[in-house]
Amino acid sequence: MEQLKTIGRELAMGSQGGFNQSKEFLDLIKSIGETRSKSEEDRIVLHEIETLKRRINEPDIPKRKMKEYIIRLVYIEMLGHDASFGYIHAVKMTHDDSVLLKRTGYLAVTLFLNEDHDLIILIVNTIQKDLKSDNYLVVCAALNACCRLINEETVPAVIGSVVELLGHQKEAVRKKAVMALHSFYRRAPSSVNHLVENFRKKLSDNDPGVMGATLCPLYDLITIDVNPYKDLVASFVNILKQVAERRLPKTYDYHQTPAPFIQIKLLKILALLGSGDKKSSEQMYTVIGDIMRKSDTTSNIGNAILYECICCISSILPSPKLLESAADAIAKFLKSDSHNLKYMGIDALGRLIRINPDIAEQHQLAVIDCLEDPDDTLKRKTFELLYKMTKSSNVEVIVDRMIDYMISINDSHYKTETASRCVELAEQFAPSNHWFIQTMNKVFQHAGDLVNPKVAHNLMRLIAEGFGEDDDAADSQLRSSAVESYLKIVDDPKLPSAFLQVICWVLGEYGTADGKYSASYISGKLCDVAEAHSSDDTVKAYAVTALMKVYCFEKAAGRKASLLPECQSLLEELSASHSSDLQQRAYEFQAILDLDANAIENIMPLDASCEDIEIDQTLSFLDGYVQTALEQGAEPYVSENERSTTLNISSIRNHNAYEHPAHSLRFEAYEVPKPVVPTNLPPAVTYPTELVPVPEPSYQPTLSSRPISDAGSGSTDLRLRLDGVQKKWGAPTYSSAASSSTSNFDSFRTAVNGATQSDNVPAKSREPRQPPVEVSEEKQKLAASLFGGRTERNERKQSGGAVGHGKASRTTNHREDKPQPTTVTTAVQSLAPPPDLLDLGEPTGAVSSYSSAVDPFKQLEGLLDLSQDGSAVATTSSGPDLMSLYSDSSTNGQKDNMNSAPNSSNRTASLTKGPSLKDALDKDALVRQMGVNPSSQNPNLFSDLLG
Amino acid sequence: MIHFVLLISRQGKVRLTKWYSPYSQKERSKVIRELSGMILTRGPKLCNFVEWRGFKVVYKRYASLYFCMCINQDDNELEILEVIHHFVEILDRYFGSVCELDLIFSFQKAYYMLDEILIAGELQESSKKTVARLVSAQDSLVEAAKEEANSISNIIAQATK
Repeated sequence: MEQLKTIGRELAMGSQGGFNQSKEFLDLIKSIGETRSKSEEDRIVLHEIETLKRRINEPDIPKRKMKEYIIRLVYIEMLGHDASFGYIHAVKMTHDDSVLLKRTGYLAVTLFLNEDHDLIILIVNTIQKDLKSDNYLVVCAALNACCRLINEETVPAVIGSVVELLGHQKEAVRKKAVMALHSFYRRAPSSVNHLVENFRKKLSDNDPGVMGATLCPLYDLITIDVNPYKDLVASFVNILKQVAERRLPKTYDYHQTPAPFIQIKLLKILALLGSGDKKSSEQMYTVIGDIMRKSDTTSNIGNAILYECICCISSILPSPKLLESAADAIAKFLKSDSHNLKYMGIDALGRLIRINPDIAEQHQLAVIDCLEDPDDTLKRKTFELLYKMTKSSNVEVIVDRMIDYMISINDSHYKTETASRCVELAEQFAPSNHWFIQTMNKVFQHAGDLVNPKVAHNLMRLIAEGFGEDDDAADSQLRSSAVESYLKIVDDPKLPSAFLQVICWVLGEYGTADGKYSASYISGKLCDVAEAHSSDDTVKAYAVTALMKVYCFEKAAGRKASLLPECQSLLEELSASHSSDLQQRAYEFQAILDLDANAIENIMPLDASCEDIEIDQTLSFLDGYVQTALEQGAEPYVSENERSTTLNISSIRNHNAYEHPAHSLRFEAYEVPKPVVPTNLPPAVTYPTELVPVPEPSYQPTLSSRPISDAGSGSTDLRLRLDGVQKKWGAPTYSSAASSSTSNFDSFRTAVNGATQSDNVPAKSREPRQPPVEVSEEKQKLAASLFGGRTERNERKQSGGAVGHGKASRTTNHREDKPQPTTVTTAVQSLAPPPDLLDLGEPTGAVSSYSSAVDPFKQLEGLLDLSQDGSAVATTSSGPDLMSLYSDSSTNGQKDNMNSAPNSSNRTASLTKGPSLKDALDKDALVRQMGVNPSSQNPNLFSDLLG
Repeated sequence: MIHFVLLISRQGKVRLTKWYSPYSQKERSKVIRELSGMILTRGPKLCNFVEWRGFKVVYKRYASLYFCMCINQDDNELEILEVIHHFVEILDRYFGSVCELDLIFSFQKAYYMLDEILIAGELQESSKKTVARLVSAQDSLVEAAKEEANSISNIIAQATK
């Protein structure tokens, strides 16, 4: 083979100058390789695009030339330029009869086109034809293209053929058919749903490659719904056992580990199946234990399996024995010098502390080292761990650190994430009002524009509702401290909009509540805000409403309230604003100015933002009106269903009602109802109302039909809140009232309780377990504040049921399972061996059919590879007795595996690996012959990638 | 699931890109720019992982070439590192002591090989031998087709002379 290849290469060199491409193309690659800047590269590529545009449209291009053009297009596209002018030629090439050209065509279209591209429709037909081809390589190419190009619309065109191919005699085709079906399932689950049974069947395919491929779709399916696959637990466990016992063909070994990628996939699936299921979990314990014991911790792949085992252990119902070995493995990861392993260790620790929070403690110093590591990735992962292990005793340290980190990074994605985590933790575990307000201020100041607007509304609600207890003193203290801190920072010119909105609302609602600040002082500040942020309409709207509230509260309280001159001018400015919302607010304010104290108290009751507004859902207050109208001969109301109109009034619902701060008034005008289409009226109606110009007292009542345009012009009636009201004149739907979820606050309240208990306990630093050499005091202190002392933990555990929603259930789970470790193992052992779905134990049949297949290359390979195949067959059929054979071959090391390809003469040289000088020199000679002289530019090019 | 595979040289030059999730040409350039900025500057002893826009990018340097794969939050990074190594070993086996030049000049072959290892963002074949067999079968067919085409065109050329 290798010799053939070299001969081929030499031939190609003779004709074309190496690498099978024309001089022109090689020159292009070469010149791009030698560019020193991106702009230079762009210039060359643009020139190339011009050339190709011209050439590719010439008539009668020889096919080989066209193939090269298309590869050049791929190259251009790879460098980030647009090659769409040539897509159509790539599509055409897939139609070609020659396999060579077809394959190039398929490669190009899979790289060029997304599944929603217009040109796909031109390829579907070709794919259909190729899926039925006699040549399995053509079928493979078509299946490859399927995975990339077939979208929801075109799935039906090919799905029949793909399902047929699941039974193809070539394992490569079966495998790709499975993967194609999987990709269809991802894109259009509904069109494949009836075929998922095929995946189950393919799990018992003779070829391990096909079986391994089947695990991908099964994993997806099980992620969506576990229950239909519970019966497969035994099969999966059995397959995993066989894999771990090296009963798969040796070609699947990877660095002496038996089929690690299949093992990992299986462990992932088992993790899903065993989650919260005692029976399934018990079936897995033995095999997971075995794998953990066998895994080779010196190799990367061994650690990958180990990590997956830990993930699986933390997901299934815990077994104390496995937890212990998982903890040991984590300890090894964390102690390792490799950053990768530390990272995995931190991640694994984060998974395990959900089950057993005590584990983190023995690793406290390692965790802190990671936290202070210069590697940003590791740092982030450690913050994630800290986030998971936050409790009321360490929340202050953790959140402070997180905020510091948040300020230091620029990446907006992680800034947002860290900010929302800080908010979440602060809400859940805040030890005191003061701290909570201060923390929120910091978060908003530095990341206010990045956090979800909901967070701001949550904060307002929190301040308004207090902690939900009947402790009014605490609530007003919280508000006062909020007002005070806001007044301090409100002059900062660079506050984010969301934060300003919170500030305005709080100042309006509570600024004057405790009597510490005068109304004119607060009003002045609010005017300043509106002035300083004149480009932000939302902030201005908040400010003007806050001003209105301050004024109203003042007047209602019987004090003499006068408007500041700047406030007056602000109002004048806003009433001429371009924003109708601002205008309306300004006019409303002006209208309120004319009212007496009594009326004002009714419209703007003090501190009423959390009071529920009584809603008369049946609109009973209109009954009298309706009655009189009926008596006067009006038509009775006919519900919309009966009228069977197509009119959809429900769209009138105002979704935005709750986006506003909870005032007691709604200022938006109601939408005008759409007129009823007359043709839809039943013919029995004597006169269609639309045709009668006289304002008959019809059932169209004034309230909803009158567009309330006079909202700002002095009308001060209390308006109806229609949310949650059955629409009398629309479809009988209820607009859902926003559920003010109190659960959130409940947990908050309890958390605060917990905090007050533990807060006073001085954080005792436990002696770190590691030898205390060279551990700086600062670190120890940090460790102590993060991980807390024993006493604290116990105390926290008691209150654990109350703190946090998720955590409580998890701990109970854990306790429930702890007591029966012995029964577990016996149960598994007494289980009868499940039916061998994937009987890899005796694949002799498969192997023979394998080699008898008409594949000359396989035969060729077989000739040279006899010893290996033979040994594989022998061991797999006669079990572990022949393991000695392996030990023999494994002494040759991984390279032997890798190089088990034929042609030993050529390869023996590279068996010793390392930078293979000879090969490099050969290549150097080759490229020099082609006129490329890269050593001046980049000497590294020749260094062997694996060397 | 793997969202994309990137091969970038130490100088930031793109050697190979394969996108398994839809990205527009504009987004692709942005992704490459962002990631090469992040990855090429990282020190040698740091993690081989970078968290990026809610995904994780696993990279490994071979000589002067960086192999990067972008995966979901819950995927196993160590496994992906080995997938990269698996790919490199297969390249090595095919080209014989693979070096960056092989990939520069025969990038389409690297694509064919990648297509045999990953499909739709999932690992489809973990046996190096199977991949090698398929790739060489394809090559042989291509050679055969080429020779046939040559001989036919020769015959035609001679006949038409």
